[in-house]
Amino acid sequence: MKGNVIKYERDNIDTDVIIPGQYLKVHDYAELALHAMEGLDPDFHSKVKEGDFILSGRNFGCGSSREHAPIALSHSGIKAVLALSFARIFYRNAVDGAFLLPIEIEEDAYSNISEGDELDIDIRINEIKNLTKNKTYKMKPFSEIIGKIIEAGGLFKYKPD
Amino acid sequence: MNITEKILARASGRQRVVPGDVIFANVDKVMIHDVSGPGVIKVFDKLKKQGINVDKLWDPTKVWVAEDHFVPSADMVSAENIVKLSNFTKNYGIEKHFKYGMGQYGICHTLSHEEALVLPGEVYVGGDSHTNTTGALGSFACGLGHTDVAYVLLNGKIWFKVPETLYFKLNGKLPEHVMAKDFILKIIGDISTEGGAYKTMQFGGSGIDEMSVESRLTLCNMTTEAGAKNGIVEPDQKVVDYLTSRGATNISLVHGDDDAEYQKIYEYEGSEMEPIVAKPFSPENISIVREAPSVELDKSYIGSCTGAKYEDLEAVAKILKGRKVKIRTEILPASISIYKRVMENGLLKIFLDAGVTVGPPTCGACCGAHMGVLAKDEICISTTNRNFPGRMGHVDSQTYLSSPLVAAASAVTGKITDPRDLN
Repeated sequence: MKGNVIKYERDNIDTDVIIPGQYLKVHDYAELALHAMEGLDPDFHSKVKEGDFILSGRNFGCGSSREHAPIALSHSGIKAVLALSFARIFYRNAVDGAFLLPIEIEEDAYSNISEGDELDIDIRINEIKNLTKNKTYKMKPFSEIIGKIIEAGGLFKYKPD
Repeated sequence: MNITEKILARASGRQRVVPGDVIFANVDKVMIHDVSGPGVIKVFDKLKKQGINVDKLWDPTKVWVAEDHFVPSADMVSAENIVKLSNFTKNYGIEKHFKYGMGQYGICHTLSHEEALVLPGEVYVGGDSHTNTTGALGSFACGLGHTDVAYVLLNGKIWFKVPETLYFKLNGKLPEHVMAKDFILKIIGDISTEGGAYKTMQFGGSGIDEMSVESRLTLCNMTTEAGAKNGIVEPDQKVVDYLTSRGATNISLVHGDDDAEYQKIYEYEGSEMEPIVAKPFSPENISIVREAPSVELDKSYIGSCTGAKYEDLEAVAKILKGRKVKIRTEILPASISIYKRVMENGLLKIFLDAGVTVGPPTCGACCGAHMGVLAKDEICISTTNRNFPGRMGHVDSQTYLSSPLVAAASAVTGKITDPRDLN
């Protein structure tokens, strides 16, 4: 999975900036995408491209349970969010709804990867290649159930053992 | 096992669970509202297209529905969502739908206790992050997104990783003028907005035993702001009485074992607690009220599941009685049942005499939806739960989170004020 990075070098990117509360009444996925990241980066919509990744710090997606958050990012074209850690509801919404991959990274990747870098992510071997900088980083492997739900394509397609 | 582990073990048909176990838990109650409901309907539409049968819910008697975020309908889109929600409950035979304009309605988390919709020992999930609130009744209460709630509605169960538990022990009563809100802000300041992530936050000790059920609800409510999966208090006779007085029957309590294990125990002395505010832009950014910055406030907002329960409004009335507000002040009781008591017990007159605008039950401006959202550069003190950028309106507005007592005292002075310092 290849894509370019949009980097937000900060912790605690919360659901209120990913998709502000006034849009909670909206359930049209394309319209939600128009307002993704509006609370932090009003230029996000114009710069994001299909297949891009977001890179950020700790506790990404903290705050509300709104599934609007991963939906708005996913329908903007974001395929994965790489972060030092994730808030729990954002994480499970992303996985159970099969909207995007929440990938936990280590400090080396966070500090080394720059805005615009092209990455190639292989979740089978837990590896992130930085094609721009010619470097490789480890991603934290998914837990067993998360791996299985991702492989199935979301919670509704997952068959518990 | 501790109480959370015991509830999850029973719900998943196991003798024993330990933190890290992945289980499918049978759910006892599930809640949707006017934001998560239409979200769930959207998921159902997607599933239909994939050939998945969504004709029947697993058990409509275990489902209840609130209208709270954008009601009374804020605009046409919100109005359409309410119609969608009403059609959904009609089509699927859900009888517990609390509609605005038809008697009791209010914020979903408030209804959960006001209407005794959730009982101790139950697994309760809701399409809202502050579902954690209801753990104060001794239940496992956890917020989920639309896809997960749709899964529960169709299958009656959902997966969980059994959480580690952090135990917060409060020794002795909180002093007068210090509320549960101050205590939970102090905890979040200490452990950070990520400090409880994926974990259970359990509250106990003599200070918690002394606390009212409503104060415990405030504690569990804001475990969400520490990232917790659930907040919980071991249920006691107060909980039984509270629920029985609201019509609950067949209450059976679940308690942790004597040798229950906790990942970490934090101890606090009640007598050392002080009124606290969380400054913009995070609930962890706390300050003792007496050391808070001297800012000119534009507004005091007293509302939400966190800060507009009856006890909260009673505290506000104590401050506002015989005084006038100096800045715009709104009070939105969290449910009609609370609103009625506010009226019957004379609080409404105190509020109106003080100059306050009293609004209908709604999540309102807490989540920046409507009913008093903030303009650019406006500064608000609020009894709500979050103060991230743009949470209550414009991204350049500012919110200070506080207890109802502090929000009321600040309404009177126009500055962030410790209620003990009011003349």
